[in-house]
Amino acid sequence: MDETKIRFALIEAMRIAATQLPDDVVAALRTARERETSPLGAAQLDAILENVDVAREGSIPMCQDTGIQTFFVEMGAGSPFLGQVKGWIDRAVVDATDAIPLRPNTVDPFSGANPGDNTGRFMPYINWEIIEGDEIRITVLPKGGGSENMSTVKMLPPGVGLKGIKKAVVEHVVSCQGKPCPPTIVGVGIGGGADIALKLGKKAVLREIGSAHPEPAVAAFERELLELINSSGVGPMGVGGETTSLAVHVEYAHRHPASLPLGILIQCWADRRARVWLSADGTIEVKR
Amino acid sequence: MRRELTLPIDEKTVREFRVGDILYLTGQLFTARDEAHLLMLEAHEKGEALPFDPSQMALFHCGPVVRKAGDGWEVIAAGPTTSIRMELFEDRFLEAFRPRIVIGKGGMGDRTQAALETVGAVYAHYTGGAGALAAGRVERVDTVHWLDELGMPEAAWIFNARGFGPLLVTMDSDGGNLYKQLEPTIAANMKAILARIER
Repeated sequence: MDETKIRFALIEAMRIAATQLPDDVVAALRTARERETSPLGAAQLDAILENVDVAREGSIPMCQDTGIQTFFVEMGAGSPFLGQVKGWIDRAVVDATDAIPLRPNTVDPFSGANPGDNTGRFMPYINWEIIEGDEIRITVLPKGGGSENMSTVKMLPPGVGLKGIKKAVVEHVVSCQGKPCPPTIVGVGIGGGADIALKLGKKAVLREIGSAHPEPAVAAFERELLELINSSGVGPMGVGGETTSLAVHVEYAHRHPASLPLGILIQCWADRRARVWLSADGTIEVKR
Repeated sequence: MRRELTLPIDEKTVREFRVGDILYLTGQLFTARDEAHLLMLEAHEKGEALPFDPSQMALFHCGPVVRKAGDGWEVIAAGPTTSIRMELFEDRFLEAFRPRIVIGKGGMGDRTQAALETVGAVYAHYTGGAGALAAGRVERVDTVHWLDELGMPEAAWIFNARGFGPLLVTMDSDGGNLYKQLEPTIAANMKAILARIER
């Protein structure tokens, strides 16, 4: 297979993610604008929607914080490209930083040095999952710092139950006010362990807005949480209004009897993502 | 009210601005995040002169994406960064350099509010993430300071802007503060929300 093709596809996916907000997010923002009763909140949504158009038309990043390039790889156990994916992603991130361009966002926590190409120790970060079949599905999630700073994990006493989870999520999201650039997408990860809960929350954010969790009880929990958050009045950018979050997505794992880990992962309105699918025969598809 | 302004503006003018006003700025803005704030304050405390006059410009909390274009620079995306990080030193910064307008997102704390009142300045919120929209209102990059020392996001970029906005005044020089005004409503809503959860 021609390696340049997959690298170009990965760069294209990063460009699409940085410059074109997915249709489901745009639709959710438009709905929020139609429902907005606060003139200040409505003005924020107007600016966001105009910004989204300017970015798409000019093929320029919609936000100056082009994020940490985070990848979720679903790796078909039968794919012939198993050993090559990491190398492709690393090189594509360097090339994309220059070509799109992306802001150089990786900083050495000890020396403060920034290599200038969005790489570094463990960067770009790749989440691996082995799946059946021979296909590789790569999702890129450029994650901004402002919203990531508002993400948190809480180790709740199991006795608080689902009520306690609801309370913790709503209190946290409301306490963030305008800082994570609302209207946000809230990924709620429950169970597993501290790290697992956060990772489930981040994975939940990848789901399309408007999609419901396959289990009806979880889907109802998502709807209730969204409705509670949007009763707060924090509104777009925290200036007051009807829509504080566009969606709440929940994912869960079974928990230890003594633990109720709760990961709250906040994504800003710029819920940027794109995908590359690679078949065993070398066919490549870039998906928005 | 909607105000279209050409920078620089004087103290008397800025003291008329109130929470809820929408500003559109034409003239020079300088970007400064954590590192540029610290560097400028250190220079000020040593009595060293700065290469530009911040009092004539608006301060913009922003780490832009900028690209080399010929001899100069092209702004690709330039939305606001989270302002509260600068709360640690913004009061000293305002007193030292007297920019009349601080542009950022998310609002600032009590120390900055007090400095806005003393110095005569406002804090104006720009829609977070609207980096492409903002870049379109920057006509050119006049220059950049401390690029080598601080890197692209933290350097002080001097932008020449036209109709830069909409900027919503959320903290004014008369003690007005949109975030504080919202607090009682949000607190009351929270109480109702928690009661519903407990039900």
